[in-house]
Amino acid sequence: MTAPLLDARGLTRRYRLPRTALLRPAPVLTAVESTSFTIHAGETLGVVGESGSGKSTLARMVMAFEAPDEGEVLFQGQNLHTLPASDLRKLRQQFQMVFQDPFGSLNPRRPVGWSITEPLRAIGADGTTQHRAAEALEQVGLHARDATKYPHEFSGGQRQRIAIARAIVTRPALLVADEAVSALDVSVQAQILNLLMDLQDDLGLGILFISHDLAVVSAVCDHVLVMQHGNPLESGPSERILRTPAHPYTQSLLKAAGMTP
Amino acid sequence: MLELHNYSVSFGPVAALRGTTLTIKPGDRLGVVGESGSGKTMLALSLMGMAPDNAHLDGLLRVDGQDMTHATEKQWQQIRARRVAMIFQEPMAALNPLRRVGDTVMEPMRVHEGLSHDQARARALALFEEVGIPDPTARLRQFPHQLSGGQRQRVLIALALACNPSLLIADEPTTALDANVALRITDLLVRLSVERGMALVFITHDLAAVARATEDIVVMYGGDMVEHGTTTHVLAAPAHPYTKGLLAARPDAVGSTRDANGKRHRLPTIPGTVPPLMALPLGCRFAGRCPVEVSHCATRKPAVTHTGLGRHSACHLHEGDAP
Repeated sequence: MTAPLLDARGLTRRYRLPRTALLRPAPVLTAVESTSFTIHAGETLGVVGESGSGKSTLARMVMAFEAPDEGEVLFQGQNLHTLPASDLRKLRQQFQMVFQDPFGSLNPRRPVGWSITEPLRAIGADGTTQHRAAEALEQVGLHARDATKYPHEFSGGQRQRIAIARAIVTRPALLVADEAVSALDVSVQAQILNLLMDLQDDLGLGILFISHDLAVVSAVCDHVLVMQHGNPLESGPSERILRTPAHPYTQSLLKAAGMTP
Repeated sequence: MLELHNYSVSFGPVAALRGTTLTIKPGDRLGVVGESGSGKTMLALSLMGMAPDNAHLDGLLRVDGQDMTHATEKQWQQIRARRVAMIFQEPMAALNPLRRVGDTVMEPMRVHEGLSHDQARARALALFEEVGIPDPTARLRQFPHQLSGGQRQRVLIALALACNPSLLIADEPTTALDANVALRITDLLVRLSVERGMALVFITHDLAAVARATEDIVVMYGGDMVEHGTTTHVLAAPAHPYTKGLLAARPDAVGSTRDANGKRHRLPTIPGTVPPLMALPLGCRFAGRCPVEVSHCATRKPAVTHTGLGRHSACHLHEGDAP
């Protein structure tokens, strides 16, 4: 067994809420409680849960946008949260993120080629960026000439392809997709899910796939982690979780998705 | 009670809704499914007399036998809330954040039916109980931000029911909600429809919710009704190529399976994207993306044909085999 690409150990994240009274201590919300998982190259881990289950907080910690209060995130063996800032910036090209709303994450006043190459500029690459943008656009099923167009000229599904192009332009090893297909229509959603699977096969990407939709997760994930109120409830191979869910909450999610086990 | 005949909504040369024919009887539960740009929201707005001012309306729209196709805003105000009411996707955006939810729910009763404050309050209380809001007396005095998403949607349903409408239009009522909450709201709408004998038009892209909540279904694409019929039959054995593609593209519960080479199964897709309204083909709207297209599809509009099992499909391939 090779070392995992991503190894998250005992992640806990608490937020201090605004004080409710002058003399009482501020209440604390535990967004994620001792959650561990691993992702290997070429593998997809699905994180399922409703809003407030802590799945986005998990993504933010994996992306090193914020630090856990307890636990550590090892990416290719390196602890992301103890790494010096300059090393972290260099390492960031290895893990990239796709967000839910492609319209909100693309600059409407710049051609999409500019947005796609932004991560390259952030790591100080120069010269080859044009060529890399063209390559990334072709990889997601668009045309190299689309780089000069603006976000409003594309449909929702195409915009999500552009967001994915931006995420893979640095040739990362890990992709974090936070509700990346939730805002899309069913037929477009299927196209984007297929694209993610194609890219995974071609590039050997590890994918952390966050979604509230069990049906979607079941289609693309090797392993599933079910979360509720910040607690990991159960995890395992997606087939086992979906066929014989052990936790009543997972069973209720399956029922709600019209997928009674 | 509500009747559409060859009804169209167009903006200049562009038709957002084309030749829709539909009848809704008291107590009917009708699901309308389609993707963005399919015209399902335009259909809902038309049923409420809220089609945009610059739209050109054609055909016939009848509410309780009264021709409302070109009715004025004043005439529509007589019908809204009391005959036809609507709930929307985003419950937070539909509620005034500065008003107590009780006052919001009481407003249509006072405006449309001239109830006194006490009468309206008593009815609001009863409605809150009916839609399953716990501790309704206290909730009446709360503001929208103090309620959870599911409870806000229940408040909106109570608001829509304020003047006992005979038709409730729900436009994506569960899309913004978590799966478990969405399920309970869907079941609530069904219960209300059955208990009150109220017709329900349930607009959604969620096929599982349609299967659960409705008896009849309309599938829309590019402003056309491509298929309609009994929900169970259409979902189990769709006739129209678009409905088939849509159902196949939905990931199902089998779990991710890989073949011997470690390759994962791809989902079946509908090739291409929905063209913009002005670029839609003149004939069948699905032409250009359809897997079983024949030569005259793009130029000739297919007639609606009965295809057995209570299904009606608008497809040239079915025109020949009408029973």
